[in-house]
Amino acid sequence: MGDIKGFLKVKRQKSSYRPVCERLNDFNEVVLIRSEAHSKEQASRCMDCGTPFCHWGCPVGNYIPEWNDLMHRGQWQKAYQMLQATNNLPEITGRICPALCEFSCVLGINDDPVTIRENELAVIEYAFAHGFVKPSPPQKRTGKKVAVIGSGPAGLACADQLNKAGHQVVVFEKDDAVGGILTYGIPDFKLDKKIIRRRVSILEKEGIRFKTAANLSDRAYVTDIIETFDAVSLTMGSRTPRDLAIEGRSLTGIHFAMDYLIQSNKRVGGKGTFQDEAIDAGGKKVVVIGGGDTGADCVGVAHRQKAACVVQIELFPMPPDCRTESVPWPKYPLLLKTSTSHEEGGQRDWAVLTKKFTGEKGAVKKLSCVRVTHGKDTQGCPVIQEIKGSEFEIEADLVILALGFLHVEHGPLLKALEVTVDKRGNIATDQQFQTTAKGVFAAGDARRGQSLIVWAIAEGRRCAHHIDTYLMGRSNLPVL
Amino acid sequence: MNNREALERHGLYDSRFEHDSCGVGFVCNIKGKRSNEIVRQALEVLHRLSHRGATGADPKTGDGAGILIQLPHEFFTAVCRQEKISIPGQGDYGAGLVFLPTDKKERAFCKNAFAAVIKEEHQLLLGWREVPVDKSVIGESAQESQPVIEQVFIGKNNSYGKKENAPADALAFERTLYIIRKKVENLIRASSLRQKSFFYITNISCRTFSYKGLLMPHQVDTFFTDLCDDRLQSALCLVHSRYSTNTFPTWDLAQPFRFLAHNGEINTLRGNINWMQARQGLLKSALLGKELKKILPIVVAGGSDSATLDNVFELLLLSGRSLAHVMMMLIPSAWEHDTQMAAKVKNFYKYHISCMEPWDGPAAIAFTDGRSVGAVLDRNGLRPARYIITKQDTVVMASEVGVLDIAPEDIMSSGRLEPGKIFFIDTQAGRLIDDKEVKETISGQKPYGAWLKEYLVDFDTLPEKKIREVKEKDLPVSLKAFGYTREDLKIIIKPMAETGLEPIGSMGNDIPHAVLSPNPQLLYTYFKQLFAQVTNPAIDPIREELVMSLFSFIGPAKNLLEETPQHCHKLLIKHPILTNDELEKIKKIKINGFRTKVISLLFEVSEKNGFRKALKRVCADAEDAIKEGYTFIVLSDRGVNKEYAGLPALLATGLVHHHLVRKSLRTQIGIFIESAEPREVHHFALLFGYGADCVNPYLAFEAIGQLINEGELSLEPKAALKNYGKSIDKGILKILSKMGISTLQSYRGSQIFEALGLHQEVIDLCFSGTVSRIGGAGLDTIAQETLLRHREAYPVRSIDAPLLSSGGLYQWRRDGEFHLWNPESIAALQDAVRKDDQKKYEEFTKCINDQSNNPTTLRGLLKFKKSVSSISLSEVEPVAQIVKRFATGAMSFGSISRGAHETIAIAMNRLKGKSNTGEGGEDPARFTPLPNGDSKRSAIKQVASGRFGVTTNYLINADELQIKIAQGAKPGEGGQLPGHKVSVTIAKTRYTTPGVTLISPPPHHDIYSIEDLAQLIFDLKNTNPRARISVKLVSEIGVGTIAAGVAKGHADMILISGGDGGTGASPLSSIKHAGLPWELGIAETHQTLVLNDLRSRVRLQTDGQMRTGRDVAMAALLGAEEFGFCTAVLIVMGCVMLRHCQLNNCSVGVATQDEILEKKFQGRPEYITRYFNFVIEELRLIMSELGVRTIDEMIGRTDLLEVNEAIIPWKAKGIDFSKILYKPKVPQTVETHCRRAQDHGIDKIMDLKLIEMSQASLEAAKPVKLDLEIKNTDRTTGAMLSGEVCRRYGETGLPEDTIHCAFKGIAGQSFGAWLAKGVTFELEGMANDYVGKGISGGKIIVYPDKKATFKPEENIIIGNTTFYGAITGEAYIRGVAGERFCIRNSGLYTVVEGVGDHGCEYMTGGRVVVLGKTGRNFAAGMSGGIAYIYDTLEVFPRKCNMEMVEMQKLDTEDIETIRQLVTNHYKYTQSQAAGQLLGDFKNKVNHFVKVMPLEYKRILAENDFQKKLKLEEVSDG
Repeated sequence: MGDIKGFLKVKRQKSSYRPVCERLNDFNEVVLIRSEAHSKEQASRCMDCGTPFCHWGCPVGNYIPEWNDLMHRGQWQKAYQMLQATNNLPEITGRICPALCEFSCVLGINDDPVTIRENELAVIEYAFAHGFVKPSPPQKRTGKKVAVIGSGPAGLACADQLNKAGHQVVVFEKDDAVGGILTYGIPDFKLDKKIIRRRVSILEKEGIRFKTAANLSDRAYVTDIIETFDAVSLTMGSRTPRDLAIEGRSLTGIHFAMDYLIQSNKRVGGKGTFQDEAIDAGGKKVVVIGGGDTGADCVGVAHRQKAACVVQIELFPMPPDCRTESVPWPKYPLLLKTSTSHEEGGQRDWAVLTKKFTGEKGAVKKLSCVRVTHGKDTQGCPVIQEIKGSEFEIEADLVILALGFLHVEHGPLLKALEVTVDKRGNIATDQQFQTTAKGVFAAGDARRGQSLIVWAIAEGRRCAHHIDTYLMGRSNLPVL
Repeated sequence: MNNREALERHGLYDSRFEHDSCGVGFVCNIKGKRSNEIVRQALEVLHRLSHRGATGADPKTGDGAGILIQLPHEFFTAVCRQEKISIPGQGDYGAGLVFLPTDKKERAFCKNAFAAVIKEEHQLLLGWREVPVDKSVIGESAQESQPVIEQVFIGKNNSYGKKENAPADALAFERTLYIIRKKVENLIRASSLRQKSFFYITNISCRTFSYKGLLMPHQVDTFFTDLCDDRLQSALCLVHSRYSTNTFPTWDLAQPFRFLAHNGEINTLRGNINWMQARQGLLKSALLGKELKKILPIVVAGGSDSATLDNVFELLLLSGRSLAHVMMMLIPSAWEHDTQMAAKVKNFYKYHISCMEPWDGPAAIAFTDGRSVGAVLDRNGLRPARYIITKQDTVVMASEVGVLDIAPEDIMSSGRLEPGKIFFIDTQAGRLIDDKEVKETISGQKPYGAWLKEYLVDFDTLPEKKIREVKEKDLPVSLKAFGYTREDLKIIIKPMAETGLEPIGSMGNDIPHAVLSPNPQLLYTYFKQLFAQVTNPAIDPIREELVMSLFSFIGPAKNLLEETPQHCHKLLIKHPILTNDELEKIKKIKINGFRTKVISLLFEVSEKNGFRKALKRVCADAEDAIKEGYTFIVLSDRGVNKEYAGLPALLATGLVHHHLVRKSLRTQIGIFIESAEPREVHHFALLFGYGADCVNPYLAFEAIGQLINEGELSLEPKAALKNYGKSIDKGILKILSKMGISTLQSYRGSQIFEALGLHQEVIDLCFSGTVSRIGGAGLDTIAQETLLRHREAYPVRSIDAPLLSSGGLYQWRRDGEFHLWNPESIAALQDAVRKDDQKKYEEFTKCINDQSNNPTTLRGLLKFKKSVSSISLSEVEPVAQIVKRFATGAMSFGSISRGAHETIAIAMNRLKGKSNTGEGGEDPARFTPLPNGDSKRSAIKQVASGRFGVTTNYLINADELQIKIAQGAKPGEGGQLPGHKVSVTIAKTRYTTPGVTLISPPPHHDIYSIEDLAQLIFDLKNTNPRARISVKLVSEIGVGTIAAGVAKGHADMILISGGDGGTGASPLSSIKHAGLPWELGIAETHQTLVLNDLRSRVRLQTDGQMRTGRDVAMAALLGAEEFGFCTAVLIVMGCVMLRHCQLNNCSVGVATQDEILEKKFQGRPEYITRYFNFVIEELRLIMSELGVRTIDEMIGRTDLLEVNEAIIPWKAKGIDFSKILYKPKVPQTVETHCRRAQDHGIDKIMDLKLIEMSQASLEAAKPVKLDLEIKNTDRTTGAMLSGEVCRRYGETGLPEDTIHCAFKGIAGQSFGAWLAKGVTFELEGMANDYVGKGISGGKIIVYPDKKATFKPEENIIIGNTTFYGAITGEAYIRGVAGERFCIRNSGLYTVVEGVGDHGCEYMTGGRVVVLGKTGRNFAAGMSGGIAYIYDTLEVFPRKCNMEMVEMQKLDTEDIETIRQLVTNHYKYTQSQAAGQLLGDFKNKVNHFVKVMPLEYKRILAENDFQKKLKLEEVSDG
């Protein structure tokens, strides 16, 4: 370990961001990349614990203490090797992972945790900048073919692993670009799309083929896939949004967050203007319902579209800003998150229930809301109670529903594959990630429900291991 | 089948691990004048040594005692006349006691065998005499096992065997008698007698005769009524009183044996026996002729170490070597690094060591052939041996002085045996021959020097062979193929290459045993290092380096019974780790007929049974190599690739070694290992321990190269390799020293390991003689593991650049080994105690108790039987009752922070459990309760080898005094608290100087054997009679027998620690590979104690990774009454297993002395009380399900346990728990848990009188002066009195000289131990060992009897290990002290007139003035205090160990100190030496050399500077 007393000498210092007034004028990344020296110094805070809780808290099991030490000592190449051994997309998680690891960092017990996420980013960006990340196609091919359906983080991780194992992998994407939610769900100011293209280009050079705009709702197309491939991996995410079935829902100007974000991203990426059905916040009073990350992204987008004002409301009460006893260290707590988008303006309100939308000429104009309390009934089940007399209204020209996702889309694809879903609507699998259909596997949000990117990567990797075992009898692909 | 055999077959007890340790002595007339008086005196000596022996459950049955005298011809002539046996003249017949079966028929069979053999050997059977014995005096169990004792007389047939012109050979008839005895023994052994075990021949000789048996010392002459007959005459008598660790009645193990009596232990025994077997094939003797074959085996199976040594001794003696010659050969002194030894003596040793490895271990051996008598001490001098020579030519030698009343004016000289020295009396020549003369005479008999010059090849002088470095083609793949992990590189190899030291870690071991791990393990991990505890001491390989040696003499051996120049035709290699170039030199060697053959260890992976076939082939190849005349073989695993894998090097080494031993070929060839496998110290130790001569770890070397290439190591490759080699050398020395072994030569093949999880098939084939108690993995499993590793490295489909696997042994990794302390279990436990949440606690226990997915511990594989008689929870005894059985482990204030230490104490006091100080004292302020009723006082006060802060006041403020013999994480090793960690507070509690390094020696220097431990128990009990005394041992094979010995030494409680226990800092190899799980230890101990009927008088505790109520229940069912918790308590207080304790860098403030970090400590007493409540409630639930109401009812109830077959993992399919679960069958009268208190024998001691007589002082601090006589049986005088002083006056004690006791006579051991302030002891006479141990402010004055005429400054007046752990006080000794004077002195000011070896060792404070000579290795490990040596002859510098000190000129302060002390010395003792010095002080003071520890000097200088600074500040003011 580089500096045993590092944590006593150096304080945690997070990356800085571009000034709000500047960044609101574009969709470029808001974060400023740290200097090499700064990264090395921050890495010295890692204590190389005998029981590294960070490594436990990280869904992909990043060897965090090991690469922290290596980067601190300037062993960037080895740090990169260690990093890529567990994570197929460190440049993504390094940017937008909520960093479960940092919440379980031992230093976090009585001090500020190590900036693990940013250290990860420093390693991978250093690696790209210095040409360590090179395509290395497998030496031998097995002759087996695997179809990966959906090119989000789970799909990419799964495809990468299977390709490494020597299988011919084809990734099918219904959209016109690879990346799933990474490409169209997350705004550019948080994740520049060149980052995804950079990775995909390497994967392509390593032999993975990507079929975008794939017509996966066409039964014949799917049958063809089943017949051509030795195994199929379903990694198409959890894209059925939760709706708000209240009075006035059919008014215009009320959209699902994903529709809003996809459109915005496409526009930023120069993929169309959507003239007629454009969802644009320019000059409008915007209300985002839902206080999660997606909601925050919508807030950021709305501000960049020059909305007149933005209000974000959430049904649940304001989370605490520090850990409570009910979620002790090293668990990942639900905390009040103030994202860069919140720094850019707008109002936030909590414990607000939307009762109905009212509009003019078929277009939404305002929301009728009421404040609520959260309690538990005699059985201990959560109950929401409205507070009498707390009714109020919010004016709105544009309402974005960012209420999360229910499950994978139950479209013709699942039917064609004869895959069943579980009680929650996710694809049902056994412990080896295999669905009810032989040779068809599932991973990521499609299997476990809406979750984090890092979980999707972890799922994709594990799924790849099991597919490899299914195809070859045994697998050397790691399962952490 | 008796109980002992049953236990041995079905339980965990193994008789090979019995120990004994004893009192030994002789009395002799130098001129050879025979008299009955000598016999009487010897018996008196024996009686007065009885406190060094022991009794078992039956108070009248001892462990054995005996006497060996010259054949009492006159007596026999007289008694035989009555028996109608006609006796020829002296020297023409031999006689001896024979133990015979009680069954008439069987007895007749034995006697007939005698008759037949005597006839066969053409000698005459003169007759049998029934030896009169008085059965009534001996104990019940001795009576039950008593054989019929008769005496055989064998006449010499003068007409037979006499060849013309045959040289006059004094021993010819002795040899014939030897052959007769051996042949009879072999006949009986081969017979099918039921009472075979009764049969034993003590000694048949025409010169000596012995009486011995399962007796107590005072029973010897009442049992054998012969001994009361005053016609019995002898000029020399050897006596022996045995203290065995068990009480199984064994008549045959009583000593003296035929030629010797031994006090001590042969640690290298197993190796010695194997090597003897290996040599047997070559034995030829002109003297023994063809008869030699008939007397094999030389070593009789089942004998003790002493008996075995005697077997070899008599062979060497009777085949033509002289008495002293044989002794020098078997127990050589430490010649390797001795600069003062005569060259020819060195050559003698060098020559002989190339023929035979030393028999190593603590030993004081008295030997005789009936004409000469002598004694020898091992190279470490670890046994006491004092002698007195009188003006009347009588010599008395014994473990103690004062065993015979000798008028002081008759004493000519008083001395002690010195390490490695021989004391020799030739009664025919009528003189005493000193060590130097004996050795020079013997060494001069043959031109050993010239022989060595001609034949011994020094490896270093061979021409260099540069090889073209063959690099492994794909290093990462090779590393993977041999199971190297990232941890191996980062945590093991890198620090070794960087620092030349073994890597240090902390906390305990919580990963699965090798046999339970799902991952392939290297074979090495199935072995656990054994270590010395109690019955013999570990040694300090760093501070006592002068006794250590890594020399190897390799090459074909010759007939041991001859001496020819060619015997030393060997290759001398000084370091056993060979570089690639060095190995190349071996491979290419072509000098003096040396030739090397390389044997490949590779096997084809695709071949069916390839692994087993390769094992066969390797054996055959090795045998062929010998036939083909090769002198060396190299077992090599070079060349592993996709098709070929390597046999495990350890398996191959053990296999070839044992194969060749069995064929008596092993000594014909040297075995070199060229292997990729070994990388850490433990691996090398195993290879040597199972027979390898030298090892070349080529892949570890390459790994170092890679670390350098990758910039991980910034060192020159050469320097890195050198460091790596050095760290292994040091590590090996450490591993052998913890068994008390000093030389690699005798460690080689000594197999000091226990296997855990290996099938008997593997043991029998490759590790024969090694203990493996639970069976486990067989050859096929080992093969499978090898193949798995190979497949990992050479996968069918390769993926990516191979990244070495995580390892996860030392740091938790998700893809590494499973740890019971993992993020989930730690988090759940912390959450549970913080919120007092039962659900969370259950979450935690599930992590630990349910090992169905991750089998980790032995107990994890057991389950409770479903009981039909469960009871309701309310019927189970309450928490408050159970909690008293709980203790926290010994964690010192120093290893953990003050906050943590005090939190534990408060919590345990609230609970009414017990907390433990750990080593390092306790702030007396903590003895007073806090205003809120809490108390920070630790109930258990530990007494460890460093004796830091062990004051009288500390001892009396304890409910329990715990003698720490060993610690699970590093059994057999010492410790070191580096200066930078010795803060002001720590220095205060340890009574040392801040900033000065504190070294804890590996052994307690007052415990070298079991009777020494009994003495320390006695010392402590005297000081604080209200405290119970406990002894902490660590689980290993034989711990049960040791515990039996400890129980007989009157310990009130014995703690059996598991080898997995934690530590604040230990070598990683010790944390992982030393000591065994507590399940084995507690079960073995319980079984052995029950069988010996000792269980009822001692409580048992166990600890070492206890975590849950289920663990506690398991421990109780296996035999424990009490339970200790350590790591779990730390976790409860916030520890998250950073494993940084050794770095002082604990980020949660638990294990640190850093002020900033200490503040981060968040533990609270209530967390601990909640935790114990959870544990006990869990336990109570189990109890109710099992249907037991109290813990007492549970103890040893293994019938309530069964194996959980469903979860046995793949490698452990052959595992067998029956020995662990064995329940000894004993009569109802035998209690199976502790029911009664020990009899400490403190109700009749001198101190009771002292206390009574000094009431005035104790009550009112009035001065008293007492005059008393003292004897050697008055032991520990002053300790109880001091305890009383402290109880009333605390740390400050009484004013100087308030209680002044003047003694006359010879004081027993521990005179003035823990003498408190205000007590002055004046002794006119002499004293034994341990004078002034722990002295806490008192004053001790010793001078010889005023009537004595010998020169005090040249004679020994006090024994060994004096003023050990002295705190403060003064001492004036007119005379010479033995070995280890003022060892670990903290603050005593003293004057002495000469000291033995290792003076002022580990001293940290105080002042020592030596007015005469010192022994060797003075000031080793001395980090503080100052010594002044009056060195008129200017010889001192060569005797001083300069590692930590320098020599300085005196300054004025020094001169004043010396003047003051010497003036006092003169005043108190009237010392002539002091008088002369003071007479011309000004000039003579210049002869003083000042010995100043470097660190101490620096600290004192800093303090001076600080003082000055403060003064200046004030004046600036």
